Amino acid sequence: MAEQSNLKEFTKGFFLYNPLFVLILGLCPSLAVTTSVKNGMAMGGAATFVLVSSNFIVSLIRPYIPREIRIPCFIVIIASFVTMVELLMKAYLPPELNASLGIFIPLIVVNCIILYRAESFAYKNRLLVSVLDGVGMGLGWALSLCIVSAIREVLGAGTFLGLKVSESYNPASVMIMAPGAFIALGLLLGFFNWQKQRKSEKALKEYRKYD
Amino acid sequence: MSNQVRNYSPLIISASPHIRDVESIPRIMWSVVLALIPAGIAGLFVFGYYCLYIIFLSVATAVITEAIIAWQRKMPVFSTIGDGSAVVTGILLAYILPPGVSWYVPVVGSFFAIAIVKHTFGGLGNNIWNPALAARAFLQVAYPVAVNSDWRILHHGIGNLVHNIVKIDSEGNMIDAVTRATPLAKEAGAETYHLAQLLMGNVPGCIGETSVIALLLGGMYLIYKRYIKWYIPVYYIATVFIMVLILPPQMKTPWANNPFYHIFAGGLFLGAFFMATDMVTSPLTKPGLVIFAVGAGILTVLIRFYSGYPEGVCYSILLMNTATPLIDRFTKPRLYGTRIKRV
Repeated sequence: MAEQSNLKEFTKGFFLYNPLFVLILGLCPSLAVTTSVKNGMAMGGAATFVLVSSNFIVSLIRPYIPREIRIPCFIVIIASFVTMVELLMKAYLPPELNASLGIFIPLIVVNCIILYRAESFAYKNRLLVSVLDGVGMGLGWALSLCIVSAIREVLGAGTFLGLKVSESYNPASVMIMAPGAFIALGLLLGFFNWQKQRKSEKALKEYRKYD
Repeated sequence: MSNQVRNYSPLIISASPHIRDVESIPRIMWSVVLALIPAGIAGLFVFGYYCLYIIFLSVATAVITEAIIAWQRKMPVFSTIGDGSAVVTGILLAYILPPGVSWYVPVVGSFFAIAIVKHTFGGLGNNIWNPALAARAFLQVAYPVAVNSDWRILHHGIGNLVHNIVKIDSEGNMIDAVTRATPLAKEAGAETYHLAQLLMGNVPGCIGETSVIALLLGGMYLIYKRYIKWYIPVYYIATVFIMVLILPPQMKTPWANNPFYHIFAGGLFLGAFFMATDMVTSPLTKPGLVIFAVGAGILTVLIRFYSGYPEGVCYSILLMNTATPLIDRFTKPRLYGTRIKRV
């Protein structure tokens, strides 16, 4: 593998390979739990913790994982961390937050972002970059969850982090229901693709100037 | 002939058809606006001046949204607004809202219709659903209380408009208006209206849907100008008529099995003449259009009879819009000289 820059491995999760907006991974929890910013943050935090820890362990013991059964090994590693997160969240977070996240915390086990990073990155790379990759990807996903959930909570419930945005605003409850999730995510994906397209068009123009 | 061609360009290099006609999108759209005016005037007489304000808000939001998006998409702004399609969408959306609705409902609805239903799919000619109906379905979920209540109607009814101009109390409510059940309300004890009332439009309902005579006037004009195909509304309404006769209704209202009541009440005429006939979202061939209209009719009656909603026109047309590409695929005409492939 070519020379890696630690900083690049960390920052790629935020924009260039953002798991939600660019790779379009982890759609199921992104659509289901983003009804409020609190949910989005809790989900993002839990997933980031699992991602960093699983990347750390996978990268650490990668010489000892037989190639043929690597996927079951990853799942066992991820599942142990998910169990830890689940028990910790049950112990320390408010019960209504736990209730609203529900089944989606145990389902982090099969979250494709975590499995994807274990398989395609941590299994092939050194310890430090694997952890940085996990932190970057996890925070990138958490950030995109916050963006989606902020839009949905402000429009659909008229609140932000539980605080009322405006007295006179009449919330459109559709935005915190399932169709609102699809509309918000679809428009955000469209927006990011549009920005990327404009960027590449600009670069092409710049390139042609010197041609 | 040669003179005419030279006026346009020296050579025409484009795919067929090469027919030149005076008809154009703006001409058709402004004719639809003209055809919608009688229903609006009827609404004005039945519901008072407040509904003019709703129509204005809806149209203004639609046009402004269209202008901003056209500018951002680097389309010619004035010809995009000038083709009248945004105006038609705005008017249609206002016509399917209750007369007493708050100001933000038509604004949000019009914005959604133009920005999300129409332009995210590529603008005029590329939308999958009728923008006004999709916006109405969105509002139905977004503001369920606002768009399903406040079915007010002026006390005196038609002919006493002058008395009702200025009587508005401090909260902006019309004093002379009363809230009454819509003709299709399923609740026990809901009011039943005479067929003559339904024909005239002197019943509670959405702004533009109540007056069958006014809608028929506009629809006939469009059929006469050949902008809409006569068989869509005819098959649609006939299907509803027959289905009401055949199916056993679930509700226990005196009009439940009265086919005349069912076709005159609610938004069937508005939907059949102005929304099911939308050229963009309906099939291309005649058999396709007949399937479309019959399917919409069946769905309308099924929703009216067996679902929680009193009215099914909006959802039936939206569902058939969704099925339109499929219908087009199955009713593709045979190319001359070829055989239909049998699988």
